[in-house]
Amino acid sequence: MSLTVEQTKQRNKELISEVLSVYPEKTAKRRAKHLGTFEEGKPDCGVKSNVKSIPGVMTIRGCAYAGSKGVVWGPIKDMIHISHGPVGCGQYSWASRRNYYIGTTGIDTFVTMQFTSDFQEKDIVFGGDKKLEKIIDEIQDLFPLNHGITVQSECPIGLIGDDIEAVSKKKSKEYDGKTIVPVRCEGFRGVSQSLGHHIANDSIRDWVFDKSGDKHPEFKTTPYDVSIIGDYNIGGDAWASRILLEEMGLRVIAQWSGDGSLAELENTPKAKLNVLHCYRSMNYISRHMEEKYGIPWVEYNFFGPTKIEESLRNIASHFDDKIKEGAERVIAKYRPLMDAVIAKYRPRLEGKKVMLFVGGLRPRHVIGAYEDLGMEIVGTGYEFGHNDDYQRTTHYVKDGTLIYDDVTGFEFEKFVEAIQPDLVGSGIKEKYVFQKMGVPFRQMHSWDYSGPYHGYDGFAIFARDMDMAINNPVWSLAKTPWKRNGAHA
Amino acid sequence: MSDLRQIAFYGKGGIGKSTTSQNTLAALAEMGQRILIVGCDPKADSTRLILHAKAQDTILSLAAAAGSVEDLELEDVMKVGYRDIRCVESGGPEPGVGCAGRGVITSINFLEEEGAYEDIDYVSYDVLGDVVCGGFAMPIRENKAQEIYIVMSGEMMAMYAANNISKGILKYANSGGVRLGGLVCNERQTDKELELAEALAGKLGTKLIHFVPRDNIVQHAELRRMTVMEYAPDSKQANEYRQLAQKIHNNSGNGIIPTPITMDELEDLLMAHGIMKQIDESQVGKTAAEIAA
Repeated sequence: MSLTVEQTKQRNKELISEVLSVYPEKTAKRRAKHLGTFEEGKPDCGVKSNVKSIPGVMTIRGCAYAGSKGVVWGPIKDMIHISHGPVGCGQYSWASRRNYYIGTTGIDTFVTMQFTSDFQEKDIVFGGDKKLEKIIDEIQDLFPLNHGITVQSECPIGLIGDDIEAVSKKKSKEYDGKTIVPVRCEGFRGVSQSLGHHIANDSIRDWVFDKSGDKHPEFKTTPYDVSIIGDYNIGGDAWASRILLEEMGLRVIAQWSGDGSLAELENTPKAKLNVLHCYRSMNYISRHMEEKYGIPWVEYNFFGPTKIEESLRNIASHFDDKIKEGAERVIAKYRPLMDAVIAKYRPRLEGKKVMLFVGGLRPRHVIGAYEDLGMEIVGTGYEFGHNDDYQRTTHYVKDGTLIYDDVTGFEFEKFVEAIQPDLVGSGIKEKYVFQKMGVPFRQMHSWDYSGPYHGYDGFAIFARDMDMAINNPVWSLAKTPWKRNGAHA
Repeated sequence: MSDLRQIAFYGKGGIGKSTTSQNTLAALAEMGQRILIVGCDPKADSTRLILHAKAQDTILSLAAAAGSVEDLELEDVMKVGYRDIRCVESGGPEPGVGCAGRGVITSINFLEEEGAYEDIDYVSYDVLGDVVCGGFAMPIRENKAQEIYIVMSGEMMAMYAANNISKGILKYANSGGVRLGGLVCNERQTDKELELAEALAGKLGTKLIHFVPRDNIVQHAELRRMTVMEYAPDSKQANEYRQLAQKIHNNSGNGIIPTPITMDELEDLLMAHGIMKQIDESQVGKTAAEIAA
C-alpha cells in the first residue's frame, strides 16, 4: 500500500496534471506554477506564491482588511479598533479569532466587541471624516479607559479618498496625544490578507513607535527582556509559550498581539531579543526593530517537544549561561510529561497520513508536532505564504511531499480524494467538505475551539485532539454498509 | 410615456454647457414642451438661469440632513422656474471630499423611483466636464438619456473632450440605447471653427446640429441669472436658440453610435485645416530653444 518516494512523485505528477486538465488552458497554465512536489535538496518547494488568485476558482484567501483588523491589530486588547466603512466587513469580523485575553470587556478591554462607522450612502457621497470624528468622541465618552484607537479602513475609504490621517492627528491632539492609528488596509489592496499584515506592521512603526517617543520612562529593563512577536494567543497559545520563557529565566515584556496592550507595543523597543513565532505576519516589524533599535530577532516553533527543545536552546543561545541552563532545566522538567503523552498517543496515531492547508506559518510549523506522534505529512500549502515561507518549508517536509499554493476548492478536494489521508488540517470552510467525504478533519486556524496547541501544555491537548479526530468510531459508520469490506449483515 | 425624450448635454468644462442647455430648453418650453432639468454637477448651477437663483436644496444635501434619500419627497427637491420648467439639482460634496459620482447615481435612482419623469415631454441631464468615472456616466447608461448632445468649440481641448465623450457613448451604446444626437458648437471665434466642427462631426459619424454664434447678450442675461429667451426674447441670439431647439425637437430617432477617433487622427484633422502646422517626428518633445539651435 505505501508507495516509494519515486512512486509518490510520479503519483503527484499524474494527480496534478489530472486536476489541471479540467481547467481552461490559460487557468491551467497559471495554476500549474502553484502545484508541485518537494524535491530533496532544492532551495524552495518549486511553486510560485503571493500571486493574485484566479477569478472563478474558490480561493481560501482573505483581504488586506482581514489581515490588519482580524490578525495584527484586533487582538490588542486595550485599544478600540473601528471597522471604518459599511457595516458588513465589521459584522463579519466581529469578536475575534479566539484571541484569548485577560480584562473586563467593555471597561478596559474590547477585543470581542465590534465598533463600526456603518457607512450610509451619504457618507460615501459627502465623505466620512466628520462621522469618524464623532465616533472617536463617542468612544472617548463611552469607554474612557480605552488606551488608544485604530481606524481599520474598508474598501470605500480608499475609493472616496477620506483623509483618516488628518482626522487621527486632529483627534489625537484634542485628546492629549492619545494614540490614534489610521490604517490604510482597504480590502482591494494586494492579493491576500498578507499585505494587510504588512500595512498593519508599518502603521505600528509610524504611529506607535515614531509618534510615542518614550511614553514609559519609568519602565526598568533587565538583561533578560524578550518580546513574543506573532503569537495571537489562539486558545491561549501565547500563555502556554510565555510560561516556558519565564521558567527558563527570561522576562516577557510584550505579547504581539494576542492578549497584548498598547503599553507592551510601546515598550517593545526596550527588549533584548524579539522572539518571532508567525514570521509571515510580523517579520516586517521585527526587521524594523533590528535596524532601528538593534534588537536581534529569532524565529521559534513551539509545536511539539522536538521543535520546542530546539527553539528553547536557540533562544537561550542569545543569552548567558544562566538562561542556557534554564532552557535545559525546562526541557528536562517537561520531558517525562512529553514521553507520557507520546507513549499514550503514538501507538494510536503511528503512520497516519496528514494533509494540511493553512495560512502563512502553520503549514510548516505544525509538522514537527505530527511527526513526534509518528504521523506523516504528505501534502501541505499556504493560503498567503511568500517564497521565503516556501524556502523555510524545505526544512520541514520530506522528499516527495505534495505542495499546493493558494489551493482552490476543486484542487484540494481532488487531492484528498486521490490521496485518502487519515486527517486533513485546514479551516472552517474546508471542514465539512472533507468530513462529508468521510475524512477526519481538524481546524488548524481556530484549533476547533480547543487549544492551546503551543508549548508543552499545548502538545498534550494537540495529541488528544488528533487522536479524537482520527480514531473517532463515527468514521466506521460513514461508509455505505453494503459496500464495506467484510461488513456484517 | 413612450414619447418621453431623455437628452443630456455633455462637453468640456467651461464650454458653456449649462448656458446652452438652459437657453435651448427654455426655447423648447416656449414651443409648449414640458421640461424637467436634472443637474448632475456638484456645483448645482445647472438650473440657475431658469430659477433665477442657485438651487439651495439639492437632493443630496437634503438627504444628508434627513438621514437618507429614502426620507425625501419629490416636492422637497423639485423647483419650478421659467415657463414651468421643473428643476432638480443632484448636488454633491464640496471639492476634495467624498464621491460626487456616487451622488449622481443616488440622485437619478431617487428621481426615477419617485416618478419625477411623469407628465413631461423632455428630461434633460446636465453633466459636469468629462465622463471621469462610472457615476458621471450614469445618465448615458441603460434607460436614461437616449440622445447626447456634445457642446464643443473649435479649440483643441474641447474637441478632444468631445471625442472622449463619444468613447463613453460607444461603450454604453450596445448595452443600452444611448445615441449621439449631434454636436453643438458654441462659438469661441477660433480659426476656421465652423469647418473644423463639421469635420469632427463627420469623423464621429454625426452632424453639427447647430453653430451658436458668440453674442454678448448671453453675458448680459447671465449676469441677471436669466436665459436670453427670457431676458431678450426678440434678440437675434434668442432666435439661434429657437433654431437649435427646433432642430433637437426634429432630431428624434436620428441619433447614431459614434465612431471616436484616435489622438493622432484628431491631430491630423487640425493639421488638415491648417490649425496646427505639420511637424516632423524629430521635433516632438523639443523646446523652442532647442529647435532654434
